[in-house]
Amino acid sequence: MTAETKSLLQEEAERTRRASAWLVPRALLRDPVTLIALTIFTLILLSAVAAELLAPHDPLEQDLRMRNMPPLSPAAQEGAPRHILGTDPLGRDMLSRIIFGARVSLTVGLSSALVSGVIGTMLGIIAGYYRGKADDIIMRLVDIQMSIPVIMLALLVLFSLGPGFWNLVVVLAIVRWMAYARLARGQTLAYRNSPFIDAAIAIGSTHTRIIFRHIIPNVSSPLVILGTLEVATLILSEAGLSFLGFGIQPPEPSWGLMIAGGRQYIASAWWIVAFPGLTIFLTTLSLNLLASSLRAISDPVQRERWLNKGSGPANSSG
Amino acid sequence: MVGVEASEERVQQVRDQLGLNDPLPVQYARFAVRAIRLDFGDSFWQKTSTLPLVLERLPATFRLTAAAFLIAAPLGILLGAAAALRPHTFLDRIINVLSLGGVSMVDFWMALMLIIVFAVQFGWFKTSGYGGFSYMALPALTLCYSPLGRISQITRSAMLDEMNQPHITVARAKGLAERRIVFVHALKNAAIPVVTISGDMLSSMLNGAILVETVFAWPGIGLLTLQALQRRDLPLVEATVFVVACMVIIVNLLVDLSYVYLNPRIRFQ
Repeated sequence: MTAETKSLLQEEAERTRRASAWLVPRALLRDPVTLIALTIFTLILLSAVAAELLAPHDPLEQDLRMRNMPPLSPAAQEGAPRHILGTDPLGRDMLSRIIFGARVSLTVGLSSALVSGVIGTMLGIIAGYYRGKADDIIMRLVDIQMSIPVIMLALLVLFSLGPGFWNLVVVLAIVRWMAYARLARGQTLAYRNSPFIDAAIAIGSTHTRIIFRHIIPNVSSPLVILGTLEVATLILSEAGLSFLGFGIQPPEPSWGLMIAGGRQYIASAWWIVAFPGLTIFLTTLSLNLLASSLRAISDPVQRERWLNKGSGPANSSG
Repeated sequence: MVGVEASEERVQQVRDQLGLNDPLPVQYARFAVRAIRLDFGDSFWQKTSTLPLVLERLPATFRLTAAAFLIAAPLGILLGAAAALRPHTFLDRIINVLSLGGVSMVDFWMALMLIIVFAVQFGWFKTSGYGGFSYMALPALTLCYSPLGRISQITRSAMLDEMNQPHITVARAKGLAERRIVFVHALKNAAIPVVTISGDMLSSMLNGAILVETVFAWPGIGLLTLQALQRRDLPLVEATVFVVACMVIIVNLLVDLSYVYLNPRIRFQ
């Protein structure tokens, strides 16, 4: 084989590899529901990252002459942008507060999902890999915590720690680690006795190396999907706790807090409650839809259907 | 309890009376000894024994849970089964989005929106309080959506697994009616995960839908929990957690026992 054919073959292989790497994302994007969910989530993410650039008003600026103005009201000052979603009971611009609220919600959701994910995954892998006493202790802890409802446990812990942003992240991470631990343990058990783990032990790999090089890469994809679902759950919990007054504290713009602030005005100013809640719902719904598509496409049987039929699962009755 | 203006001396006196100045292990030992006798001490807020205070809230929570569960479970199973029978069709997609909507729903927001539309605008139902149908309709509707979504998701995946099993092919080969195959052969075998998730949903509703009960001022366990926490009423919080934990254990036991009926291969020694 000449050097030239070899490089041509390599090029061909490279092209096929690149093409197949694009197949999955392209199949996902062809599905209308996934596309809509991705668009909504990108918008929310963009609001969180670039809130200062996108918000038409200062989210904290109060104007008591402009209390509870309906959507599309003109601003008090000449030339200032209209209040597209109206104003709240302190005359603050709703749209700007919702945009800044995205930052609070996503930061709480993502950071507590990350913390609980790392803790839960490590404990789950330890339980599944070493078995024995460690397994017993960890899984009993999971069982005990499973029997206490999430929001009640979070309230109890926040009650003793006091409200606040970082306390909220810590509490939500403590409350939700079990889901990852269960999944990671199950996945690890499934791989624990595979020949490639035996081979790794035979060539003298340490346990730490086996866990990091062989177990974690294999168990990670269902855990990523679980993480996506968890971010949605955590955003919901943050909203609920803030609504009850145990989470984010005013004047910080949090979606749950905004709903709480509008509660006494529901008869006269529906928009104060309606828009923040709708934003939470769209955020969590888009995350759930994305997780559902990811799960479908990471399942080999369903992936075939998505890739071959061309236009997503809707047209491929089976 | 003593007011904001109370002197430091008075505050210390009350703390002593309530035993809040003792070291934590002493406080815990006192709690544990009493808890064995189901005595959680007197409520700081109501000044009476706590357990009766919790138990008198049970009927309200039971009524609301029963109403929501009787909507969520049958409808969830029906939707999930319908989606599984026509997988990857338009119907399946619609049911998927609807049930994911339940999982993603912000329950306290849905409660307020229902109040705005059906209580404030149309005046069909009451906004809050405890009573008959006109009081219960909106809270029950709010509470049932999330469990409905979860039950339908689990039913769909369990039914899909089941419909690909060899015994279904055999049943088809024998020429059984499709309806009989679905409802007798598939649904009963797919029942275990469905019963498990339904049990989880039932216990989470029994444990007080804190947010929904708060919005509708429904005097159940959830509202009591929040009131106890807001008033820093430790004995009442302890009693509430105890009752809630008991209900979780009872529901889990019932779910485990139902496995024996659903799958005769499972037998308890």
